[in-house]
Amino acid sequence: MSEQLLQLLFSGLTLGSIYALMALALVTTFNISGVMNLAQGEFAAIGALLAVTLSGAGIPLPASFAAAVIMVAAAGGIMERAAIHPARGASGLTLILITIGLSISLRGLALLVWGTDTYSLPPFSRGGPLFIGGAALNLQSLWVMGLVAAAVTGLHFFLNGTYTGKAVKASVINRTGARLVGINVGTVSFWAFVGSGALGAAAGIFIAPIAMAVYDMGFMLGIKGFVAAAIGGLNNAAGAVLGGLLLGVLEAYGAGLVSSGLKDAFAIIVLMSILLVRPEGILGALGERKI
Amino acid sequence: MKKLIRNKGILLLVILVLAVGLLAAGCGGEETSGSGGEPYRIGAVVDISGNSSSLGIPERDTLLMLVEELNAKGGIDGYPVELTILDNKSDETEAVMAVKKLIQKDVLVVLGCSASGTSMAMIDSVQKAEVPMISMAAASSIVEPASQRKWIFKTAQSDIVTAENIVQYLKEKGLTKVAFLYMNNAYGDGGKTAFAAAAGEQGIEIVTEEKFEAGDKDMTPQLTRVKASGAQATIIWAIPPSASIVTKNYRDLGLSMPLIHSHGVGNDKFIELAQGAAEGVILPIGKLTVADQIPDEDPQKQVLQEYIAQYQAKYGMPPVSFGGYAADAFNLAVNAIAKAGRNRGAIRDELEKTNGFVGISGVFNMNREDHNGLGADSMVLVEIKDGRWQLLQ
Repeated sequence: MSEQLLQLLFSGLTLGSIYALMALALVTTFNISGVMNLAQGEFAAIGALLAVTLSGAGIPLPASFAAAVIMVAAAGGIMERAAIHPARGASGLTLILITIGLSISLRGLALLVWGTDTYSLPPFSRGGPLFIGGAALNLQSLWVMGLVAAAVTGLHFFLNGTYTGKAVKASVINRTGARLVGINVGTVSFWAFVGSGALGAAAGIFIAPIAMAVYDMGFMLGIKGFVAAAIGGLNNAAGAVLGGLLLGVLEAYGAGLVSSGLKDAFAIIVLMSILLVRPEGILGALGERKI
Repeated sequence: MKKLIRNKGILLLVILVLAVGLLAAGCGGEETSGSGGEPYRIGAVVDISGNSSSLGIPERDTLLMLVEELNAKGGIDGYPVELTILDNKSDETEAVMAVKKLIQKDVLVVLGCSASGTSMAMIDSVQKAEVPMISMAAASSIVEPASQRKWIFKTAQSDIVTAENIVQYLKEKGLTKVAFLYMNNAYGDGGKTAFAAAAGEQGIEIVTEEKFEAGDKDMTPQLTRVKASGAQATIIWAIPPSASIVTKNYRDLGLSMPLIHSHGVGNDKFIELAQGAAEGVILPIGKLTVADQIPDEDPQKQVLQEYIAQYQAKYGMPPVSFGGYAADAFNLAVNAIAKAGRNRGAIRDELEKTNGFVGISGVFNMNREDHNGLGADSMVLVEIKDGRWQLLQ
């Protein structure tokens, strides 16, 4: 029994790390630029598909991964300049609608380029799963968890340890104040989209060996990431990671212990109860924007 | 507080918009072929995009190839065949909308869909309009009970045929306790019902039964229950990509009992996506996939080889089973129209009288009770070895 519980935990943490990556990118962009970017899932889909195509063309894996990440980051930046920046004065709702439009366009573009086929990437490291206490842990899961840890650490270091990061923090805390001391708030928003494009693409590439890559994978990823972010608190990066892991683990235990048919119901029930008791999310703070 | 209210408002809006987005996932594309006066109109609704596209694309390609060939030869009695193919995006609602469009176009026969769920969705519409429909999907509930499926026929081997083949294998190997995993959709449900019935007859016990969603990324939780159940073999009823993912999870967990799949994984995409985990998987499959390995005296051998050669020449790759279902559906429809003319009722009667029709998926013998017409001998068992299908003796 304990072996089964441990196995479900591993499975849940793998799934949860995937959700956490999406949630992290959503929350970071939301707090820096004030835009809830619903095209985040599409960044992951296009990143993964680009990596599949590039590595299929004979480019070594690490190089094609890096190229895919850079290309999607650039696409994120272009998107911000072309669609978000011109509407920067509009309300939050208008901006969300714009990102939904972008996500549909990106999905359509992916459909045109890659068709409806499912693709997969080889796992990053060779060898079978690790067995810990009788439960199997896939090596690729470790890569995904590692990416979550690296993203959180990197973000923390950037915001607290660098001059640019402090400028970003300043513009999150008080936009007008930041402008008064000479910080270009528009540029900060641009870089937030570049960053979330890069993180989204990296997430898509890291999960492709587990979850495969297909043009419409971004939709489901975006929703799960959004749910994870809502559980953890929309204005808290640590909350996003916690929410993602919690969602994944709950899904795994729900499927493994109760009934495989009730898996998604479990996640929704948890989301609803958390929103009822703590509408701001587990780690969210009322009426505050921070990272 | 104001921010909080705004956040809640945003949340609500996002949920609303996502729901609307799901509904309005676009409208169907259309491909029409055939020309000349007074054509015979045939309609097809195929899962060309979406989850079942690995089934629908070879079906569309086969239909286009066959109608082109038929019209080049002069059509039926000198009249061309006009084939309209609509994409249902693997979506039940889209399928119903598409078939209604075809019925308005006065088609004589409807072919489709590729998947069980989309096929089931169209049944009501075609029965009411009294249009014969030939499905290319597996679930036996598409044509059963026959008394309530007067206008519905199908060409893919029923899940009953698949289940019988699997149960026979289990019995030969003396395996009596099995775990059963299935996709939570019409294909999986059909498989579950058919397998439970066939297993019950032969005294095979299903010790655990688990399901998963078509879009799931990790089936380890379900497999941990299989591991704990003491099953001697595992049967999985799904199509790729989820069938590939569950196979990978199965190997990662180090489960060593025999893994048996349904014919839903009968395409190379399954092997490719499973990345080596598919080695040793056993499944019943139509003879098309192993046409070069079946004995020469098999009545289907020649039909199979001709279809393979034609498809290979046109598309530069070997056909898959799904294309075969489409070829049989098209040929059955054309045969019936040739005999019955432009009368939907007469076409239906001719389809029901089909006897000894040698197709890609087997030899069809239909009657009032059986609108599929294929027996257990329409399938063979294969094992995946070195990434290829190997006929089991």
